[in-house]
Amino acid sequence: MDFTEEQLQRYSRHIILPEVGGKGQKKISSAKVFIIGAGGLGCPVGYYLTAAGVGTIALVDDDNVELSNLQRQIAHSVNTLDVNKADSAKKTFEALNPDVKLIAIKERLNNKNILDFIKDYDIIVDGSDNFPTRYLVNDACVMLKKPLVSGAILRFEGQVTTILPGDGPCYRCLFEDPPPPGLVPSCQEAGVLGVLPGVIGSLQATEVLKLILGKGNPLKGQLLIYDALRTNFRKVKIPKNRKCPICGENPTIKELVDYTQEYCAL
Amino acid sequence: MQVKKTDKTLNIKGVVCPYTLVKSKLAVEDIEVGQILEILLDYPEASESIPKAMLNYGHTVLKVEKINSTDWIIRIKKEVED
Repeated sequence: MDFTEEQLQRYSRHIILPEVGGKGQKKISSAKVFIIGAGGLGCPVGYYLTAAGVGTIALVDDDNVELSNLQRQIAHSVNTLDVNKADSAKKTFEALNPDVKLIAIKERLNNKNILDFIKDYDIIVDGSDNFPTRYLVNDACVMLKKPLVSGAILRFEGQVTTILPGDGPCYRCLFEDPPPPGLVPSCQEAGVLGVLPGVIGSLQATEVLKLILGKGNPLKGQLLIYDALRTNFRKVKIPKNRKCPICGENPTIKELVDYTQEYCAL
Repeated sequence: MQVKKTDKTLNIKGVVCPYTLVKSKLAVEDIEVGQILEILLDYPEASESIPKAMLNYGHTVLKVEKINSTDWIIRIKKEVED
């Protein structure tokens, strides 16, 4: 693929970077990224990856845009209230960069559909807001050996980690099972500073681009924790758990678990 | 002294910054390590910024020459893989 004059202009600041160049920009243009959730994290991740010219981006979300989302979910607007979030974000991103093929999936991920959805993508980004999905995505990525860039936010604190199945720990190495339903509050109950997902989502998008380019050191085996109130970043090492039920030596989880029932029964 | 042959030429007359550098960078990516790129340009600022950038990329600037009242020739030897 040769760049058009428009693409030369659009991606000029990438092309002149030694770590990107024309070759790197072409890698970005042929990459396929699957983003789970078009909310607080999915919006900035999708926004920056669209701006960067990622070839194909899929967004999955079964929720509709509400006014209370607009404090932090920057791809939506008053014009897309009550519109499905994946559709709303798709519309915003298409206006930003027509080079990108955007796919909106208006469904809820579950243990029956996730493998089929993500199987053709190079990198998966988790921007979900609940533990059943977080564990489902982790397990599906381990099973299909897909790189996963995971992010989470609450109140003034956010976390990011990159999971490279077969090359470092997974989410279950860190926390073997989801916390009991109700123990960890949701953003709905506890609040979240609107800009926080912007910071964490931007870090996730950065990790995705590094993986695509094969440059730098991925955030694997480490959990990066951002404390917005104290403006503090710290990294916690995540050891690989040999007895991990999904990526350990003798995995006990052989098919995808659906935790939704016990959570929704609450 | 023997002058090494040019492996690729790039005419970016009429092109302004930063596209002078964007096009030069892409042209260097198109040649092999050890090969030589010759750039013809007429944007004054680029006659300084391109050599500087190419040195930063790790390449050798063999020549920067003003050949007439408007144009420059810059010769770059590619030294490192992109």
